[in-house]
Amino acid sequence: MSHSLVTPPAVSNTGTPALEIRGLGKTFPIGGLFSRDSVRALHGIDLTIAKGEIVALVGESGSGKSTLARCVARLEKPSSGEILIDGVDVLKRDRFQASRAFRAQLQMVFQDPFGSLNPAHRMDHFLRRSLAIHGRSGGTEQETQTRLEELMTTVGLQADMLNSYPHELSGGQRQRVAIARALAVEPQVILADEPTSMLDVSVRIGVLNLMRKLRDEQGISMLYITHDLASARYLADRTAVMFSGELVEEGESLDLLANPAHPYTQLLVSAVPDPARAGSYDPVRRAELRQAVMASTHCAFHGDPNQACSSEEPVRHQVGDPENRHWVRCHLYRPWAAAGSHALASEPIQTSHPSSNAQEEASA
Amino acid sequence: MTISQVSFGSHEPVLDVKDLTVKYIGDTRSTTAVDRVSFSIGTGEVFGLAGESGCGKSTIANSIMRLLKDPAKIAGGSISFGGKDVLALSPEELRRFRWQDVAMVFQSAMNSLNPVLTIGEQIVDIFTTHAGYSRKESMRRAGELLELVRIDPARLKSYPHQLSGGMRQRAVIAMAVALKPSLLILDEPTTALDVVVQQEIMAQIKDLQRELGFSVLFITHDMSLMVELSHRMAVMYGGRIVETAKAQDVYANPRHPYTQALMGAFPPLTGPRLPLTGLPDGVKFRNIPDLAEAAPGHFVAPFGADASVVESVNLEGAAR
Repeated sequence: MSHSLVTPPAVSNTGTPALEIRGLGKTFPIGGLFSRDSVRALHGIDLTIAKGEIVALVGESGSGKSTLARCVARLEKPSSGEILIDGVDVLKRDRFQASRAFRAQLQMVFQDPFGSLNPAHRMDHFLRRSLAIHGRSGGTEQETQTRLEELMTTVGLQADMLNSYPHELSGGQRQRVAIARALAVEPQVILADEPTSMLDVSVRIGVLNLMRKLRDEQGISMLYITHDLASARYLADRTAVMFSGELVEEGESLDLLANPAHPYTQLLVSAVPDPARAGSYDPVRRAELRQAVMASTHCAFHGDPNQACSSEEPVRHQVGDPENRHWVRCHLYRPWAAAGSHALASEPIQTSHPSSNAQEEASA
Repeated sequence: MTISQVSFGSHEPVLDVKDLTVKYIGDTRSTTAVDRVSFSIGTGEVFGLAGESGCGKSTIANSIMRLLKDPAKIAGGSISFGGKDVLALSPEELRRFRWQDVAMVFQSAMNSLNPVLTIGEQIVDIFTTHAGYSRKESMRRAGELLELVRIDPARLKSYPHQLSGGMRQRAVIAMAVALKPSLLILDEPTTALDVVVQQEIMAQIKDLQRELGFSVLFITHDMSLMVELSHRMAVMYGGRIVETAKAQDVYANPRHPYTQALMGAFPPLTGPRLPLTGLPDGVKFRNIPDLAEAAPGHFVAPFGADASVVESVNLEGAAR
């Protein structure tokens, strides 16, 4: 096993981001036909993924990760907000459903490789179809065949597996085919919803390494949705933490997991078993965190009389070195309280686009 | 305090498995799922069994409970529990042995609750069937049991679908410890749960274990979780144990290449980002020899060019 240090690739902050989400919201109606009740699944999500960057979205079940993915993939219609791919608002461009052009820019890899491949077809069929639908198959049969073999090689499979049926392949191999199918379209962004959670432990790291390779070699951006913090740290340049439909903290992955500022992030980090970490389990502290986090729906400290501003939306605070672009949205965050590790923490961040942040500014 | 720093139980073995061999016998060929596996679990000890899917972990658990069905067959070896030969129990003895002596929490235990009965009815059923208590007495004990795993006793009237995944799992664990068994088998008890809930459940098991003093056979593929929880652990590959030692020793100094690979499959939460390889490409172990003591209390199957055949196969072949 080699032990060379992996330096995170320099992601340029200039240029148009590959995917930008602004103020995305989603509410689901609940109750009967005439009921006006609704449940807020997503609220004011702002997330930017630069070209050639992997952003991890972490959170527990029910935090809204998958709803966000479904909205971005346009399998679900967002209630508000904008989704920009390459600077173009795709919700305005194709108003009713996702266009083929959109699908060519953004592809998905799903959690269950056993369910996402039709058992009646050979591997050849899935890739060929992707190529044909998006007009990437080239002119001749020869070119198509070459492209198919290329795709298989890229994802670390042998070209003769093109003739296999899904049941002949292992979970890891199937997930690689699912990735190859997404790659066939030559997308800018791949949305991967828990791509490794159904795989065997020994093949997970291989799939993660493949995703990393695609980023490094082909400059593909990815939104990696997971509940496994360790894999987020391993793969993603930046990590965003989702809690009850809102992003509560975001930053450079290593920095975020080393200095979590939001109580919910602290709770998540403390829950990961890690024998290398001394005192990783402190029941008293965890019970406090759990109670604080679970007591409310929107913000952990909503309604706390000691929090003067708790009736307002929390504002974004910068955490630590600005280079890490680490911010947190929490009333409880006190830069001076954590001065030891966050010496540079500063004033609330003023965000660039006013529409979705009007409330934040009002409270600031 | 980390949860693994709890004192060891005595070394009086509760469970002693010797040379256990289980075969799945087909019409044309048979497969050896568990191959001459030996281990013992002391009183109050948490023993972990790690390995990837298909390595035989669950087959061992099912053999101990005598739950194997055709075509699986115990082809050799012995299992003794507190001096009793488990493989020779009569059906009536077996009925008492299960749940009173050894209880098991299954993989996806959340789905093992009966959806048309309330939680209370299902717990009461255990007491009336196995302990012979009256309904009223059973109901009272069922309430206590839920309190033990920090669920409101009012939930006795709830149906499984009204509880969250974590609560259902805790209810199943409560049912498993209802008759104060001396051994609890946990077969991937938290695989389907979120990390936060997982940590709470494992802490609860640890608390219960301290309170009631049972031994635990803990089966999982999550090495970090295993090291945090177990006193001693064994790593399995292809039906064989390749390494067994104190959990901390395995973690600090994994000796078998497969153990090292399994450790390398989990990215750490601290330290620099190192590239991980998981199982080295195209490595497969065949004919794994018996364990030999490599250091005091640290047993490793000898490996290398002559002892075990390391065979080159393609990348994905190594994973299957």
